[in-house]
Amino acid sequence: MTEQTQQASPEHVEYVLRMGDNALILGQRVSEWCGHAPVLEEDMALANMALDLIGQARMLLTHAGRLEGRGRDEDGLAFQRNEPHFRNLTLCELPNDDFARTMVRNYLFSAFMVLLWERLLQSRDAELAAIAGKSIKEARYHVRHAGEWVLRLGDGTAESHARTQRALDYLWPYTAEIFADTPADAVAEDARVGPAWSTLEQDWMAMVVPVLEAATLSLPARTPFRSHGKVGRHSEHMGHLLAEMQYMQRVYPGANW
Amino acid sequence: MERKEWPLWEVFVRSRNGLDHKHCGSVHAPDAKLALQVARDVYTRRQEGVSLWVVKAEHIVASDPDAKPELFDPAEDKIYRHPTFYKLPDEVNHM
Repeated sequence: MTEQTQQASPEHVEYVLRMGDNALILGQRVSEWCGHAPVLEEDMALANMALDLIGQARMLLTHAGRLEGRGRDEDGLAFQRNEPHFRNLTLCELPNDDFARTMVRNYLFSAFMVLLWERLLQSRDAELAAIAGKSIKEARYHVRHAGEWVLRLGDGTAESHARTQRALDYLWPYTAEIFADTPADAVAEDARVGPAWSTLEQDWMAMVVPVLEAATLSLPARTPFRSHGKVGRHSEHMGHLLAEMQYMQRVYPGANW
Repeated sequence: MERKEWPLWEVFVRSRNGLDHKHCGSVHAPDAKLALQVARDVYTRRQEGVSLWVVKAEHIVASDPDAKPELFDPAEDKIYRHPTFYKLPDEVNHM
Protein backbone atom coordinates (compact mmCIF):
# COMPACT_ATOMS: atom_id res chain seq x y z
CA MET A 1 0.00 0.00 0.00
CA THR A 2 1.41 3.40 -0.89
CA GLU A 3 1.52 6.11 1.72
CA GLN A 4 -0.78 8.93 0.70
CA THR A 5 0.74 12.22 1.72
CA GLN A 6 -1.02 14.89 -0.30
CA GLN A 7 -4.37 15.92 1.06
CA ALA A 8 -7.50 14.92 -0.78
CA SER A 9 -10.53 17.20 -0.97
CA PRO A 10 -12.62 17.28 2.21
CA GLU A 11 -15.53 15.86 0.19
CA HIS A 12 -13.43 12.92 -0.94
CA VAL A 13 -12.46 12.25 2.70
CA GLU A 14 -16.10 12.59 3.70
CA TYR A 15 -17.24 10.10 1.07
CA VAL A 16 -14.79 7.44 2.27
CA LEU A 17 -15.35 8.25 5.94
CA ARG A 18 -19.10 7.84 5.52
CA MET A 19 -18.56 4.36 4.11
CA GLY A 20 -16.13 3.47 6.88
CA ASP A 21 -18.55 4.68 9.53
CA ASN A 22 -21.44 2.72 8.03
CA ALA A 23 -19.38 -0.45 8.15
CA LEU A 24 -18.07 0.24 11.67
CA ILE A 25 -21.41 1.12 13.25
CA LEU A 26 -23.40 -1.64 11.56
CA GLY A 27 -20.58 -4.07 12.38
CA GLN A 28 -20.85 -3.06 16.04
CA ARG A 29 -24.61 -3.57 15.97
CA VAL A 30 -24.45 -6.96 14.28
CA SER A 31 -21.74 -8.08 16.71
CA GLU A 32 -24.22 -7.59 19.55
CA TRP A 33 -25.82 -10.85 18.43
CA CYS A 34 -22.70 -12.82 19.31
CA GLY A 35 -23.84 -15.33 21.94
CA HIS A 36 -27.49 -14.25 21.63
CA ALA A 37 -28.72 -15.38 18.21
CA PRO A 38 -31.72 -17.73 18.05
CA VAL A 39 -29.62 -20.72 16.97
CA LEU A 40 -25.91 -21.51 17.09
CA GLU A 41 -25.62 -21.57 13.29
CA GLU A 42 -26.96 -18.03 12.93
CA ASP A 43 -24.86 -16.89 15.86
CA MET A 44 -21.76 -17.81 13.91
CA ALA A 45 -23.14 -16.40 10.66
CA LEU A 46 -23.86 -13.04 12.30
CA ALA A 47 -20.48 -12.92 14.03
CA ASN A 48 -18.79 -13.71 10.69
CA MET A 49 -20.67 -10.90 9.00
CA ALA A 50 -19.98 -8.44 11.82
CA LEU A 51 -16.29 -9.23 11.36
CA ASP A 52 -16.59 -8.71 7.58
CA LEU A 53 -17.98 -5.24 8.30
CA ILE A 54 -15.33 -4.42 10.92
CA GLY A 55 -12.68 -5.51 8.40
CA GLN A 56 -14.16 -3.18 5.78
CA ALA A 57 -14.30 -0.40 8.37
CA ARG A 58 -10.61 -0.84 9.16
CA MET A 59 -9.61 -0.52 5.50
CA LEU A 60 -11.93 2.41 4.84
CA LEU A 61 -11.04 4.36 7.99
CA THR A 62 -7.32 3.79 7.46
CA HIS A 63 -7.75 5.11 3.93
CA ALA A 64 -9.86 8.07 5.06
CA GLY A 65 -7.22 8.96 7.65
CA ARG A 66 -4.49 8.95 5.00
CA LEU A 67 -6.56 11.01 2.57
CA GLU A 68 -7.27 13.49 5.34
CA GLY A 69 -3.56 13.81 6.12
CA ARG A 70 -3.98 14.86 9.73
CA GLY A 71 -2.32 11.81 11.19
CA ARG A 72 -5.46 10.02 12.33
CA ASP A 73 -5.39 6.24 11.95
CA GLU A 74 -8.26 3.74 12.02
CA ASP A 75 -8.27 3.65 15.84
CA GLY A 76 -8.16 7.41 16.14
CA LEU A 77 -11.16 7.69 13.84
CA ALA A 78 -13.14 4.84 15.39
CA PHE A 79 -12.53 5.51 19.06
CA GLN A 80 -11.77 9.19 19.48
CA ARG A 81 -14.54 10.94 17.64
CA ASN A 82 -17.81 12.04 19.19
CA GLU A 83 -21.30 11.53 17.80
CA PRO A 84 -21.53 14.62 15.55
CA HIS A 85 -18.31 13.61 13.78
CA PHE A 86 -19.61 10.24 12.70
CA ARG A 87 -20.96 10.18 9.16
CA ASN A 88 -22.86 6.88 9.13
CA LEU A 89 -26.46 6.54 8.03
CA THR A 90 -28.90 6.59 10.93
CA LEU A 91 -30.15 3.24 9.57
CA CYS A 92 -26.91 1.57 10.69
CA GLU A 93 -27.09 2.72 14.31
CA LEU A 94 -30.71 1.76 15.07
CA PRO A 95 -31.06 -0.97 17.71
CA ASN A 96 -31.25 -4.57 16.53
CA ASP A 97 -34.57 -5.27 18.23
CA ASP A 98 -35.42 -8.81 17.07
CA PHE A 99 -33.97 -11.18 14.47
CA ALA A 100 -36.48 -9.95 11.87
CA ARG A 101 -35.39 -6.34 12.12
CA THR A 102 -31.75 -7.38 12.00
CA MET A 103 -32.32 -9.39 8.83
CA VAL A 104 -34.43 -6.71 7.11
CA ARG A 105 -31.81 -4.05 7.86
CA ASN A 106 -28.94 -6.28 6.71
CA TYR A 107 -30.88 -6.97 3.55
CA LEU A 108 -31.75 -3.35 2.73
CA PHE A 109 -28.24 -2.13 3.53
CA SER A 110 -26.21 -4.87 1.89
CA ALA A 111 -28.33 -4.68 -1.28
CA PHE A 112 -27.30 -1.04 -1.52
CA MET A 113 -23.68 -1.90 -0.78
CA VAL A 114 -23.54 -4.48 -3.56
CA LEU A 115 -24.61 -1.78 -6.03
CA LEU A 116 -22.17 0.75 -4.58
CA TRP A 117 -19.18 -1.62 -4.47
CA GLU A 118 -19.89 -2.62 -8.09
CA ARG A 119 -19.54 1.01 -9.13
CA LEU A 120 -16.51 1.59 -6.92
CA LEU A 121 -14.58 -1.16 -8.70
CA GLN A 122 -14.00 1.55 -11.32
CA SER A 123 -13.14 4.29 -8.85
CA ARG A 124 -10.34 6.64 -9.82
CA ASP A 125 -9.25 6.31 -6.18
CA ALA A 126 -7.20 3.14 -6.66
CA GLU A 127 -7.22 2.27 -2.98
CA LEU A 128 -11.00 2.54 -2.82
CA ALA A 129 -11.29 0.36 -5.94
CA ALA A 130 -9.08 -2.26 -4.29
CA ILE A 131 -11.22 -2.21 -1.13
CA ALA A 132 -14.30 -2.63 -3.35
CA GLY A 133 -12.75 -5.69 -5.00
CA LYS A 134 -12.43 -7.41 -1.65
CA SER A 135 -15.63 -6.17 -0.06
CA ILE A 136 -18.04 -6.86 -2.89
CA LYS A 137 -17.74 -10.61 -2.33
CA GLU A 138 -18.62 -10.16 1.32
CA ALA A 139 -21.55 -7.88 0.50
CA ARG A 140 -22.87 -10.39 -2.06
CA TYR A 141 -22.96 -13.04 0.62
CA HIS A 142 -24.58 -10.69 3.14
CA VAL A 143 -27.39 -9.81 0.76
CA ARG A 144 -27.92 -13.46 -0.05
CA HIS A 145 -27.94 -14.50 3.60
CA ALA A 146 -30.34 -11.78 4.72
CA GLY A 147 -32.46 -12.06 1.56
CA GLU A 148 -33.12 -15.75 2.13
CA TRP A 149 -34.18 -14.95 5.67
CA VAL A 150 -36.45 -12.08 4.66
CA LEU A 151 -38.21 -14.45 2.25
CA ARG A 152 -38.68 -17.13 4.89
CA LEU A 153 -39.65 -14.83 7.73
CA GLY A 154 -42.00 -12.69 5.65
CA ASP A 155 -43.63 -15.67 3.98
CA GLY A 156 -43.45 -17.81 7.13
CA THR A 157 -45.73 -18.12 10.13
CA ALA A 158 -48.24 -15.46 11.19
CA GLU A 159 -45.82 -14.46 13.95
CA SER A 160 -42.74 -14.20 11.72
CA HIS A 161 -44.70 -12.32 9.06
CA ALA A 162 -46.00 -9.80 11.60
CA ARG A 163 -42.53 -9.20 13.02
CA THR A 164 -40.95 -8.82 9.59
CA GLN A 165 -43.62 -6.40 8.41
CA ARG A 166 -43.17 -4.42 11.63
CA ALA A 167 -39.41 -4.34 11.01
CA LEU A 168 -39.88 -3.13 7.44
CA ASP A 169 -42.36 -0.45 8.54
CA TYR A 170 -39.87 0.75 11.15
CA LEU A 171 -36.76 0.73 8.93
CA TRP A 172 -38.18 1.89 5.61
CA PRO A 173 -38.34 5.63 6.42
CA TYR A 174 -34.62 5.55 7.29
CA THR A 175 -33.71 4.23 3.85
CA ALA A 176 -34.59 7.60 2.29
CA GLU A 177 -31.40 8.97 3.80
CA ILE A 178 -29.26 6.59 1.76
CA PHE A 179 -30.22 8.41 -1.43
CA ALA A 180 -30.34 11.98 -0.10
CA ASP A 181 -27.10 13.42 -1.47
CA THR A 182 -24.82 15.74 0.46
CA PRO A 183 -22.25 18.03 -1.21
CA ALA A 184 -19.74 15.17 -0.90
CA ASP A 185 -21.72 13.13 -3.44
CA ALA A 186 -21.47 15.67 -6.25
CA VAL A 187 -17.76 16.23 -5.70
CA ALA A 188 -17.04 12.50 -5.52
CA GLU A 189 -19.00 11.93 -8.73
CA ASP A 190 -17.23 14.75 -10.60
CA ALA A 191 -13.84 13.50 -9.47
CA ARG A 192 -14.88 9.94 -10.47
CA VAL A 193 -14.18 8.76 -6.93
CA GLY A 194 -17.61 7.18 -6.73
CA PRO A 195 -21.24 7.66 -7.73
CA ALA A 196 -23.57 10.12 -6.06
CA TRP A 197 -25.65 7.78 -3.95
CA SER A 198 -28.92 9.18 -5.29
CA THR A 199 -28.07 7.66 -8.68
CA LEU A 200 -28.34 4.15 -7.20
CA GLU A 201 -31.89 4.49 -5.90
CA GLN A 202 -33.63 3.09 -8.99
CA ASP A 203 -31.40 0.03 -9.17
CA TRP A 204 -31.82 -0.52 -5.45
CA MET A 205 -35.61 -0.37 -5.69
CA ALA A 206 -35.52 -2.78 -8.64
CA MET A 207 -33.45 -5.12 -6.52
CA VAL A 208 -35.29 -5.07 -3.18
CA VAL A 209 -38.94 -4.53 -4.11
CA PRO A 210 -39.45 -7.91 -5.87
CA VAL A 211 -37.88 -9.71 -2.90
CA LEU A 212 -40.06 -7.86 -0.38
CA GLU A 213 -43.09 -8.66 -2.51
CA ALA A 214 -42.11 -12.32 -2.79
CA ALA A 215 -41.84 -12.27 1.00
CA THR A 216 -45.51 -11.14 1.01
CA LEU A 217 -44.55 -7.88 2.72
CA SER A 218 -46.30 -4.65 1.88
CA LEU A 219 -44.08 -1.77 0.92
CA PRO A 220 -44.58 1.27 3.19
CA ALA A 221 -45.27 4.57 1.42
CA ARG A 222 -42.53 7.18 1.29
CA THR A 223 -43.09 9.93 3.86
CA PRO A 224 -41.41 13.32 4.31
CA PHE A 225 -39.42 11.88 7.25
CA ARG A 226 -35.66 12.23 6.81
CA SER A 227 -32.86 11.07 9.08
CA HIS A 228 -29.53 12.93 8.99
CA GLY A 229 -26.78 10.64 10.29
CA LYS A 230 -24.71 11.31 7.17
CA VAL A 231 -24.23 14.92 8.25
CA GLY A 232 -23.63 14.04 11.88
CA ARG A 233 -27.12 14.51 13.32
CA HIS A 234 -27.74 11.12 14.86
CA SER A 235 -30.55 9.35 16.66
CA GLU A 236 -30.67 9.00 20.45
CA HIS A 237 -29.25 5.48 20.04
CA MET A 238 -25.87 6.57 18.71
CA GLY A 239 -24.43 7.88 21.99
CA HIS A 240 -25.17 4.63 23.78
CA LEU A 241 -23.58 2.61 21.00
CA LEU A 242 -20.43 4.75 21.08
CA ALA A 243 -20.25 4.64 24.89
CA GLU A 244 -20.00 0.88 24.73
CA MET A 245 -17.79 0.70 21.64
CA GLN A 246 -15.32 3.38 22.73
CA TYR A 247 -15.17 2.66 26.46
CA MET A 248 -11.82 0.87 26.55
CA GLN A 249 -9.98 3.39 24.39
CA ARG A 250 -11.48 6.29 26.31
CA VAL A 251 -10.49 4.85 29.69
CA TYR A 252 -7.09 3.50 28.59
CA PRO A 253 -6.10 5.66 25.61
CA GLY A 254 -3.81 3.82 23.23
CA ALA A 255 -4.32 0.50 25.03
CA ASN A 256 -3.09 -2.46 23.00
CA TRP A 257 -3.29 -6.22 23.24
CA MET B 1 -47.17 -21.76 19.86
CA GLU B 2 -45.94 -24.91 18.22
CA ARG B 3 -42.21 -25.40 18.56
CA LYS B 4 -40.48 -27.64 16.08
CA GLU B 5 -36.82 -28.55 15.87
CA TRP B 6 -35.22 -27.84 12.53
CA PRO B 7 -34.03 -30.98 10.77
CA LEU B 8 -30.42 -32.07 11.06
CA TRP B 9 -28.14 -31.95 8.01
CA GLU B 10 -24.79 -33.69 7.63
CA VAL B 11 -22.11 -31.49 6.11
CA PHE B 12 -19.40 -32.62 3.70
CA VAL B 13 -16.56 -30.31 2.69
CA ARG B 14 -14.13 -30.69 -0.17
CA SER B 15 -10.97 -28.97 0.90
CA ARG B 16 -9.35 -28.70 -2.54
CA ASN B 17 -10.20 -29.49 -6.13
CA GLY B 18 -9.46 -33.11 -6.89
CA LEU B 19 -9.98 -34.33 -3.33
CA ASP B 20 -13.06 -36.06 -1.94
CA HIS B 21 -15.79 -34.42 0.06
CA LYS B 22 -15.23 -35.36 3.69
CA HIS B 23 -17.79 -35.44 6.44
CA CYS B 24 -17.02 -32.65 8.89
CA GLY B 25 -20.09 -32.27 11.11
CA SER B 26 -23.72 -31.31 11.11
CA VAL B 27 -26.00 -28.27 11.29
CA HIS B 28 -29.64 -27.57 11.98
CA ALA B 29 -31.50 -25.68 9.24
CA PRO B 30 -35.11 -25.34 8.07
CA ASP B 31 -34.40 -26.25 4.42
CA ALA B 32 -31.69 -27.24 1.98
CA LYS B 33 -30.75 -23.75 0.82
CA LEU B 34 -30.32 -22.45 4.34
CA ALA B 35 -28.50 -25.63 5.31
CA LEU B 36 -25.85 -24.82 2.70
CA GLN B 37 -25.74 -21.26 3.94
CA VAL B 38 -25.17 -22.16 7.58
CA ALA B 39 -22.75 -24.93 6.63
CA ARG B 40 -20.72 -22.26 4.87
CA ASP B 41 -20.83 -20.05 7.96
CA VAL B 42 -20.02 -22.78 10.45
CA TYR B 43 -17.53 -24.99 8.60
CA THR B 44 -15.69 -22.92 5.99
CA ARG B 45 -14.86 -19.75 7.88
CA ARG B 46 -11.16 -20.60 7.99
CA GLN B 47 -10.79 -21.45 4.29
CA GLU B 48 -11.51 -25.13 4.88
CA GLY B 49 -13.20 -25.72 1.57
CA VAL B 50 -14.02 -25.04 -2.06
CA SER B 51 -17.23 -27.07 -2.23
CA LEU B 52 -20.00 -28.10 0.15
CA TRP B 53 -22.54 -30.90 0.26
CA VAL B 54 -25.36 -31.13 2.76
CA VAL B 55 -27.48 -34.23 3.18
CA LYS B 56 -30.47 -34.57 5.44
CA ALA B 57 -29.27 -36.76 8.28
CA GLU B 58 -32.39 -38.93 8.06
CA HIS B 59 -31.41 -39.90 4.51
CA ILE B 60 -28.19 -41.50 5.63
CA VAL B 61 -28.50 -45.22 6.19
CA ALA B 62 -25.99 -46.34 8.78
CA SER B 63 -24.77 -49.75 9.83
CA ASP B 64 -25.85 -50.98 13.23
CA PRO B 65 -23.05 -50.52 15.81
CA ASP B 66 -24.19 -53.73 17.51
CA ALA B 67 -23.62 -55.65 14.27
CA LYS B 68 -19.92 -54.75 14.33
CA PRO B 69 -18.74 -58.29 15.26
CA GLU B 70 -20.40 -59.98 12.29
CA LEU B 71 -19.83 -57.13 9.84
CA PHE B 72 -16.22 -56.19 10.43
CA ASP B 73 -14.41 -58.64 12.66
CA PRO B 74 -14.29 -61.50 10.08
CA ALA B 75 -11.95 -59.40 7.93
CA GLU B 76 -9.38 -59.38 10.71
CA ASP B 77 -7.49 -62.58 9.75
CA LYS B 78 -7.77 -62.32 5.94
CA ILE B 79 -4.45 -60.66 5.37
CA TYR B 80 -4.24 -62.37 1.98
CA ARG B 81 -6.81 -59.84 0.77
CA HIS B 82 -4.07 -57.23 0.81
CA PRO B 83 -2.18 -57.34 -2.48
CA THR B 84 1.16 -57.66 -0.74
CA PHE B 85 1.69 -61.35 -1.49
CA TYR B 86 2.04 -61.05 -5.22
CA LYS B 87 5.39 -60.73 -6.94
CA LEU B 88 5.24 -57.83 -9.36
CA PRO B 89 7.28 -57.86 -12.53
CA ASP B 90 10.08 -55.30 -12.44
CA GLU B 91 8.53 -53.37 -15.32
CA VAL B 92 5.56 -52.39 -13.16
CA ASN B 93 6.40 -49.18 -11.36
CA HIS B 94 4.58 -47.12 -8.78
CA MET B 95 2.44 -49.80 -7.19
